[in-house]
Amino acid sequence: MDSSSVRKQIVGRGVPVRGADIDTDRIIPARYLRTVTFENLGDHAFEDDRAGGEHPFDDRRYEGSGVLVANANFGCGSSREHAPQALMRWGVNAFVAESFAEIFFGNCTTLGLPCVTATAADIQRLQAAVEADPEQEITVDVEARVVRFSEGEFEVSIPNGVREQLVSGNWDSLGQLLDAEEDVAALAAGLPYTASFAVS
Amino acid sequence: MGKTLLHKTWEAHSVRQLASGQTQLFIGLHLVHEVTSPQAFQMLRERGAKVRFPERTFATVDHIVPTDVTDRPFIDSLAEEMMSTIEKNTEEFEIPLFDINDRRQGIVHVIGPELGLTQPGMTIACGDSHTSTHGAFGAIAFGIGTSQVRDVLATQCLAMDPLKVRRINVSGALSDGVYAKDVILHIIGLLGVKGGVGYGYEYGGDVIDSMSMEERMTVCNMSIEGGARVGYVNPDQTTFDYLRGRPHAPADGDFDRATSWWESMASDADAVYDDVVDIQGSDIGPTITWGITPGQSVSIDGVIPELGTLEGDERKSVQEALDYMGFAEGQSIAGTPVDVTFVGSCTNGRLSDLREAAKVAQGRKVANGVKALVVPGSQQVSAAAEAEGLHEIFQEAGFEWRGAGCSMCLAMNPDKLQGDQRCASSSNRNFKGRQGSPTGRTMLMSPAMVAAAAVSGEVTDVRTLMN
Repeated sequence: MDSSSVRKQIVGRGVPVRGADIDTDRIIPARYLRTVTFENLGDHAFEDDRAGGEHPFDDRRYEGSGVLVANANFGCGSSREHAPQALMRWGVNAFVAESFAEIFFGNCTTLGLPCVTATAADIQRLQAAVEADPEQEITVDVEARVVRFSEGEFEVSIPNGVREQLVSGNWDSLGQLLDAEEDVAALAAGLPYTASFAVS
Repeated sequence: MGKTLLHKTWEAHSVRQLASGQTQLFIGLHLVHEVTSPQAFQMLRERGAKVRFPERTFATVDHIVPTDVTDRPFIDSLAEEMMSTIEKNTEEFEIPLFDINDRRQGIVHVIGPELGLTQPGMTIACGDSHTSTHGAFGAIAFGIGTSQVRDVLATQCLAMDPLKVRRINVSGALSDGVYAKDVILHIIGLLGVKGGVGYGYEYGGDVIDSMSMEERMTVCNMSIEGGARVGYVNPDQTTFDYLRGRPHAPADGDFDRATSWWESMASDADAVYDDVVDIQGSDIGPTITWGITPGQSVSIDGVIPELGTLEGDERKSVQEALDYMGFAEGQSIAGTPVDVTFVGSCTNGRLSDLREAAKVAQGRKVANGVKALVVPGSQQVSAAAEAEGLHEIFQEAGFEWRGAGCSMCLAMNPDKLQGDQRCASSSNRNFKGRQGSPTGRTMLMSPAMVAAAAVSGEVTDVRTLMN
């Protein structure tokens, strides 16, 4: 195991992105999906929300931040992995929010980006603290399920399996699926729709 | 104790439990399109991997396809690059591609069922969140990201966490002028856009049972807008009748054997659910979104919420939506002027949708200043509609009759809103900027209501236009 894939703790400055139900069309507008790579997506993260010039991604105080602090249902909508790819390429290494949309959460995990959830009150506290002091260091302790910041710490949630994957560095989903070839072949051969009425 | 279809399908496809606690789930059908696959094929190449089950993998093009001029190379060079990339990838990895010159081409969630690829008791995956559509057949169908597309290409498997099941009963009957789209918008309005996180939605009850397959697809399609990654309807005679004779459906004697298995996969009468929600069909009216999430909707005779009673985050969300959409609190939704109307998408781009819209359009004219698009969900839908003369009804009324594709649902092709145009749309998302203009405004509704808005120039109760 390459130790660089271990995600026990993510340490970085924070960027608060306020608002419920921030969808993946807002994170990366569909017109930027007309690409065969993920390479330049970071330049267009939240592009339309940033048109007014007041988005935190345009606030110089948050430049270089690695911990995005969001509210409820962050990443809802489209399954586009381009959304976490864009945020990752902008510099985000971890997400702390009240809740995440399911596909977004899974996409982040496959990229080794921890998504942890906390109560609305704790998120509000963290967002306010980051806004008051953007220079502070935030620690997303995936292993201990705690977020630490200038005003103390609070507990966060992350499902056991995902936490284990991140902490052990085994979040590459393909890696864990590849070594069951015989089992897969046997199961596939035994499915009624492959055995007696196959898709042909 | 009985099991649900979701549990039975899960068990039948479970390869093993992974160290992470997730299940390694075999995927019976993998549908691929041009937008979320190029990076996945590249990752495969970099790992020196092959497509494990090319015979269970089918590709088409839908998102970026122009619906007017489809000559190659496309005018949009980025779209052309995506098109040539999927052509190259499917050739290299030996996957069938239904491209624009193939009569089987169309929106991936329209063609899967149409070709009989989508079947009950099957696991299905596609790099698109509206894959939940296929649940209409009693399949468990997941929208996935590009790294997972890579996983399915390489192993035909996904690492998945188990889902809870919420049974949603829609009882009684729907009133005239109320459609499947209204049912699902009503459900999302009731349970919220994140109410379904962690759940699969099982839709049932008299209203769902009496729906056609196309109507069930509309309902299941928008499960994801309610936060539920999958939604499904138990297979029944309606399902079997739809599938019989389709090109990839089991043929002859196989079909009867298949039917027995499909029936056995339906939820048991004594299945245990993690949650049950009961809704009366008679409580549902023609429903329209007024906000910037699919949960922000109101019945045609209703008003947009007042801020007075709302608090905290909910108040902020409503205020943000009102500001963006240009609505005042307490305003009636009926009578809202529209600039553009769009009938189409994987939600409502099928033949029955076009028929309902055509009934309203027939003998009327699109209102002055309104741009009205009708975009069939597939080339087969287009051909079937033309065989019935629907295209002539639309064209006569002043609608533009276009070629098949996703079009203005997400505006990855040239069909886009301009500025802050307001669009009555039969699609699935009213997010900020969704239809191609960063300030464009989308109102979701049924295809019949879209046609009513087109001919009236404003949001109109379609029931007033019905004979």
